[in-house]
Amino acid sequence: MRTPTAARAGQYAALLAYLVFLALPFLWLVSTAFKPPRELASLHPTWIPEDPTLANFRQAFDEQPLLQAGLNSLAAAVGAAVIAVLIATPMAYVMARQRGRLTKAATGWVVISQSFPFVLLIIPLFLVLKRLRLVDSVPGLVMVYVVWALPFALWMLSGYVRAVPVELEEAAAVDGAGRVRTLVSVTAPLLAPGIVATALFAFVTAWNEFFFALVLLKTPEKQTLPVVLTHFIGAEGVADLGPLAAAAFLATLPSLVVFALIQRRITSGMLAGAVKS
Amino acid sequence: MRTRLLAALAAALLLLAGCSSGATRDDGRITLRFQSLAWQQESVAATKDLVREWNAAHPEVRVEYVQGSWDSVHDQLLTAFEGGEAPDIVHDASDDLADFAYGGYLADLTGLLPERLTSDIPRRSWETVTFGDGVYGVPFLQEPRVLIANAAWLKKSGVRIPTPGRPWSWAEFRQVTERLSGDGKYGVAWPLKEPVSATLNLSLTAGGRLFHRGPDGKVTVRFEAGDEVVPRTVHDQVGTDRSAPASTLGSGGSDTLPGFFAGRYAMVPLGFSYRQQIAQQAPEGFEWQVLPAPAGRAGLTQGVSPQTLSIAEDSPHKEEAAAFLDFLLRPRNMVRLALGDWMLPTGTQALKDPALHTREHGWATGTALARHLRPAPAQSVRGYPEWKDKVATPALQEYYSGAIGLPELRERLEEDGNLVLARYQR
Repeated sequence: MRTPTAARAGQYAALLAYLVFLALPFLWLVSTAFKPPRELASLHPTWIPEDPTLANFRQAFDEQPLLQAGLNSLAAAVGAAVIAVLIATPMAYVMARQRGRLTKAATGWVVISQSFPFVLLIIPLFLVLKRLRLVDSVPGLVMVYVVWALPFALWMLSGYVRAVPVELEEAAAVDGAGRVRTLVSVTAPLLAPGIVATALFAFVTAWNEFFFALVLLKTPEKQTLPVVLTHFIGAEGVADLGPLAAAAFLATLPSLVVFALIQRRITSGMLAGAVKS
Repeated sequence: MRTRLLAALAAALLLLAGCSSGATRDDGRITLRFQSLAWQQESVAATKDLVREWNAAHPEVRVEYVQGSWDSVHDQLLTAFEGGEAPDIVHDASDDLADFAYGGYLADLTGLLPERLTSDIPRRSWETVTFGDGVYGVPFLQEPRVLIANAAWLKKSGVRIPTPGRPWSWAEFRQVTERLSGDGKYGVAWPLKEPVSATLNLSLTAGGRLFHRGPDGKVTVRFEAGDEVVPRTVHDQVGTDRSAPASTLGSGGSDTLPGFFAGRYAMVPLGFSYRQQIAQQAPEGFEWQVLPAPAGRAGLTQGVSPQTLSIAEDSPHKEEAAAFLDFLLRPRNMVRLALGDWMLPTGTQALKDPALHTREHGWATGTALARHLRPAPAQSVRGYPEWKDKVATPALQEYYSGAIGLPELRERLEEDGNLVLARYQR
């Protein structure tokens, strides 16, 4: 029979293996970003560059407007996250608390809408945005991202709302709190981790999105990072691997930073909710 | 609640609309948007320099450089054309133009281009951009498929080194690769991730046409003796002679370079522009050279799909756009673009430039092949993309890996292929 210590060691080993599995592509990206061209074409590649160089970063910045593209991506992703959460939170509350045919249908629609392929949507969307004079503008892109993220955000948040015991709201009502007061003072704090997680989802979705940005943004100064990254790829998939890896590494950093900052907030929020319930 | 939400959405829309750029220029200047697919450091620099020079000399017609990407150009252009927001000048490849040309998205350049440019580019190149009665692009850069060889290995082995004047035959090529193989090393590595265009374009050397247009204008697939030569050579090198590894059949060109540099393969058939990567990545002291692809009964003839520059039908400034093309494709400028992309210019004047006849990096060998380049066989065949994806790619991959034999390859290319093409020709 296994001892608890052995079981725990096994758990840690499994967790470590999983973390290594997840980290491998990123570590390889970092390694590639610092390798000179000759090491990139080696039949026996090494994890640690033998002759590390910053030339790939210099070339990436020289060739493409990475900083501007990063700012555009940031504006689009933050805008999409904030607006998606603002819209999704009250809607999710209604979907979770008001059980009826309409909310069931809405939930079904939310799930189905996730299966629409981009290509099916892009031309009508393009025409609508053109009519609104929102083609080639970051606000137009934000709008698309919000619409794109909203179904999943709704689905995600309504799960969080359902996890908040309705008895707490009833208790607040008994204590004399009005509807708005109950939502703001009781429900919202308990929902905070869910809201943060949903915002994070919307942020990352928008940050990584390529196709809509490619089609909707024409002016070079407005293009986002995923679009600019493809400029390092040539015909038949040939790539300028060093600068591409360097730029891709930089492009992953904001997501990592946001995750690192918010992860603690999610955890603490969850614990706070647990204590209150 | 729903009404309030809709109202909020409408308000957000209006707010966003207010933020939209949508600015129009009111200074009377014309601005042309030029979407370039140049991507290598040198070619981006050359293209941007030319745009700058144009803008300096033509303050009344400003060209705005927009960076596109090869990876997504078709979908992006299709959406832009549909939405009436396409760039005025479009960079693409000739094999991607048919849909846009037949769809009415590209301007017919007949009569728009100056005689200097029209006569400078050979008729065979113009054929790659001619659809129906119209000309929908200017073919300006092209690349033959060549053999990049480990020079020291070849020299040491004592095999005859082929030249454009005296290339290897396909049979001789097979003998050479067999002679170079052994001890875990291979005479050649075929990167055939995209097997169809490579096979079809090289098959022209042996007189293979595959697509035959009847008197009624309809195209049928016939896999004849000339079409067999290249596929059979590859198949036998992999499966019979063991002079080519099976492991690279699913690889792209770049994937074979580490093995080439490490001395596992003596030769790799690649597009001419791959020389840029090789020059950049080859280990110190690695000697490599460019050899012509093997020749068959049609000599060194092979198919190409040149890079093209087109003008959008919706552009209100077609004449100005054509003037820019004329500037961009002057012989001296075409040479700059060709050197930047490590490709061959289509223009006959540009091809005479001494910079393209040096022995360094195999320029002279490639330039000698230019007159043998013809439109890719499937260039104007409607339904080709579906035939390629659904029929030819899996059939050729299975044949090369040894899963099926030549009779089944023929049957699938012809019978399944003709069913596909027939749907497009009713």
